[in-house]
Amino acid sequence: MLPDLRDDFPILTRTVRNGRPLVYLDSGATAQRPLAVLEAEAAFSREHNGAVARGAHLLAEEATDAFETARASVAELIGASADEVVWTSGATAALNLVANGMLQASLGAGGAEAERFRVGPGDRIVVTELEHHANLIPWQQLAARTGAELAWIPVDDAGELVLDGLSEVITANTKVVAFTHASNVTGVITDVEPIVRRAHEVGALVVLDGCQSVPHIPVDVAQLGVDLMAFSGHKMLGPTGVGALWGRKELLDALPPSVFGGGAIAIVTMETTTWLEAPTRFEPGTQPVAQAVGMGAAARYLMDLGMENVARHEARIAQILREGAAALPGVRLIGPVGDPERFDVLGLAAVAVEGVHTHDVGQVLDDRGIAARVGHHCAQPLHRRLGLTGSTRASAHVYTTEDDAHAFVEALAGVREFFGVTV
Amino acid sequence: MSLEAMYQQVIMDHAREGHGRGLVDLTAPGRGESHQVNPTCGDEVTMRVGVEGDTVAAIAWEGHGCSISQASISVLSELLEGESLDTADEIYEAFRALMQAKGEPLDEEREDLLGDATAFVGVGKYPARIKCALLGWMAFRDALIQARAASSGAAVEGGEA
Repeated sequence: MLPDLRDDFPILTRTVRNGRPLVYLDSGATAQRPLAVLEAEAAFSREHNGAVARGAHLLAEEATDAFETARASVAELIGASADEVVWTSGATAALNLVANGMLQASLGAGGAEAERFRVGPGDRIVVTELEHHANLIPWQQLAARTGAELAWIPVDDAGELVLDGLSEVITANTKVVAFTHASNVTGVITDVEPIVRRAHEVGALVVLDGCQSVPHIPVDVAQLGVDLMAFSGHKMLGPTGVGALWGRKELLDALPPSVFGGGAIAIVTMETTTWLEAPTRFEPGTQPVAQAVGMGAAARYLMDLGMENVARHEARIAQILREGAAALPGVRLIGPVGDPERFDVLGLAAVAVEGVHTHDVGQVLDDRGIAARVGHHCAQPLHRRLGLTGSTRASAHVYTTEDDAHAFVEALAGVREFFGVTV
Repeated sequence: MSLEAMYQQVIMDHAREGHGRGLVDLTAPGRGESHQVNPTCGDEVTMRVGVEGDTVAAIAWEGHGCSISQASISVLSELLEGESLDTADEIYEAFRALMQAKGEPLDEEREDLLGDATAFVGVGKYPARIKCALLGWMAFRDALIQARAASSGAAVEGGEA
């Protein structure tokens, strides 16, 4: 288990509406940052700021060193090597980088090496019905622009992925399968193995959305067997504006870039350009260096805590949130209660309160100082599939206490009475 | 501001009652229809507005959303149906001003215009909820512009002044 970490997170000491203490349960949307991250970012800006990978002066060297050390820390967190980690502005950009690279390949870029990235009529792109919009729209648009077909692994009435008919969805003509490692709504951690096995059986690339898993559970890309994975800094206690794409080196070296500019190139003439190897080929222009340093510090902070310990702590929070919410009359927990002991769900609970709109639920929580997420959480198709337009989500992180989780359940218990819903 | 101050009884009542709910066909000479969505929560409303001469002759709507958005549409329907176009414009502007007033009351003249709608004063304290309260008003505005255009078109075709 984790020690009490609240002293590491200065924002948690502030008060909110009506002078109440802050109960922060919106970490699934954006996590709070420990002093270690805030100070790493500030120290870089105060003492080492310079142009990365350009120039021969001392500050440029120090900045480059800090930038690359951060990359190595982020790589270490997911069991990868540093040259397989590309800095992006976030997970959304990372997923778009892959989808747009495949679009470039489909337009003929990248030569013979990029053959495996080409999609067109007769090919299939597979996602799931519970994806965050960031891991749906890039693929939907890639399909629309190339004439490939978009198919998806469906969810059942309980919001769980249906993995029984995998071979009917991931067909022989499937080129890429993109899915989330853990749902930001149901909290269920995906059974990755059968999807990867089927995808690789037909020679499809596997792209994993690690936004909700990397910050909360041990993630080892080699063990998972996926080909590419996207995740963001601000959900793993790091800054906004930075994220990463991990990919197997030989794949990244073959994927055509889709954002062009300085710093990513080998030779440029007036007519042509050749690109450097990955990860540099995907990092044109000036990168968010201070933010990357902050994300590196966040990875270090999580590794120092130990991801097994983080997962165990959040499993306890999951239990309070999910069992507590599911037991309330008129409250529907989205997804199964799960068995946190088996680490099959994240430390989050999204609920629908019968007869009360999610905005109104959120207002009652806010009045008690509880910060939760309301709306569709960028997963409209999933909510529609479950007959909902939105839900109210509490999501935890390393600093979340059992009291925080109990406060959410207690506040939830009073919502229907406040709005006079008696059914 | 307490939660009770935001969710005043008149708001809770209107949210339940839903005046004007039901997307009936309108018969007024000028008719307009608007569909508005709040992208953050997926709430939506479809509203029809009928204009006859210089009067808002009819308002009909269908939609779903939070109590603030539903109550606001209900109040709007009750308040604006039967009003002259000029007064409807004034009420619309007054409601917009109320939303921007950060929870402070408006002057007496505009409060008189707004009637039950003054109950939404508390919403102005919560920037995230202003869009909820305005959803129906946006639909009304959009549908009214169409209805007016159709109404004046009908008047020209009919040879009226």
